[in-house]
Amino acid sequence: MSTAHQTAGPFWHLIDFPEWADLLRADGPNAGAQGERITLQGTVTDGDGALVTDAMIEIWHADPEGRYDGAFQGFGRCGTDAEGRFRFTTIKPGPVPGRGNTLQAPHVQIAIFARGLLQHLTTRLYFADEPLNESDPLLSLVPSERRCTMIATPVIPGTWQLDIRLQGGAETVFLDI
Amino acid sequence: MSDPIPYARAIPGTQPPLDSPSYGSTHKRAPRQEPIRAPLTLTEATSPRFALPSHADMSVVEGHAAMGERIIVAGRVLDEGGSPLRGSMVEVWQANAAGRYHHARDQHDAPLDPHFQGQARVFTDDEGWYRFTTIRPGAYPWRNHHNAWRPTHIHFSLFGQGFAQRLITQMYFPGDPLLPLDPIFLATADEEARNRLVAKFDLDVTQPEFALGYRFDITLRGPSATPFEEGHA
Ligand SMILES: [Fe+2]
Repeated sequence: MSTAHQTAGPFWHLIDFPEWADLLRADGPNAGAQGERITLQGTVTDGDGALVTDAMIEIWHADPEGRYDGAFQGFGRCGTDAEGRFRFTTIKPGPVPGRGNTLQAPHVQIAIFARGLLQHLTTRLYFADEPLNESDPLLSLVPSERRCTMIATPVIPGTWQLDIRLQGGAETVFLDI
Repeated sequence: MSDPIPYARAIPGTQPPLDSPSYGSTHKRAPRQEPIRAPLTLTEATSPRFALPSHADMSVVEGHAAMGERIIVAGRVLDEGGSPLRGSMVEVWQANAAGRYHHARDQHDAPLDPHFQGQARVFTDDEGWYRFTTIRPGAYPWRNHHNAWRPTHIHFSLFGQGFAQRLITQMYFPGDPLLPLDPIFLATADEEARNRLVAKFDLDVTQPEFALGYRFDITLRGPSATPFEEGHA
């Protein structure tokens, strides 16, 4: 039996290190990493559409070659601000091998922790311009009308937006892995 | 490349539900739709490794002892298969002895302690052991219902070998009279699963003339017993 999850509560900022939202920071593990520099941003809202201003978002993604065992550490952590926004700076991941010799479209794993979440939520961010989205093994499990909740759209070149809705209309697709 | 072995899914009742009627903050935050059951891939079977300094003693800040009862907390981090997690980062945070967090949003009318920050980071050794020194935290009120108080607890954040093992939980103290009243603790239906969140007083962890010791072991998800059950999806 695995240990029960418990909410991160409202005071998780004691383990918030704001610089971790910049995966390319000069004194971090990826200083000088080569690749297409991108910004990932969005807001978190609840079932009333109210901004969630006390959530902790973590991301985990592959390097531009689709590897997790290279030098690049695709991990970031960012709190939502007073407008419910999060924002990461990183490099764009490449396609990642899937199960059974399949190929997954480039994606970013997202974990959401907050007061009121007794277990964290898991979802993914995909990129709207990727032809591989059409054949992605995970996206194909998601009802087509809900796939858009996992696909980020470009705001300006290099800046991708994905809003997370915890509950209600256009609720984000969450994953059980 | 061979496919990663899926992690076992939780035994029903041993994890808290997202929607918990007696915990008010879940009402507007718990998703209404069932999650999509997805296969384990490299993305979830790999995890960050952290080359960061440890900070294992919360009981002293700049040479000054924090107020309160000094304690030691130690335990092992294993997976459900019994394998120790080596080099895993364990982050902990907590309220001070008076029940107040060193945090701008905590407005509880209890004193702050300039010599207590309430945050530590340690790494497990080759046998999965972690250990830190701190101050026994105080209970604090919250607004969930009339006269609601959180039992004394320490927040724990852990990384395993796969991002799907990621865990944030809370450690409670034995004999706390607030435990049978706490909606967060009680949200997990299975009594044994709840009791595993309660540390045990341990004379072996206790250090003579220094501090009482508590043992708190943590189990992350382990390999599924039937690895081919969900090999294709
Ligand atoms: Fe707390």
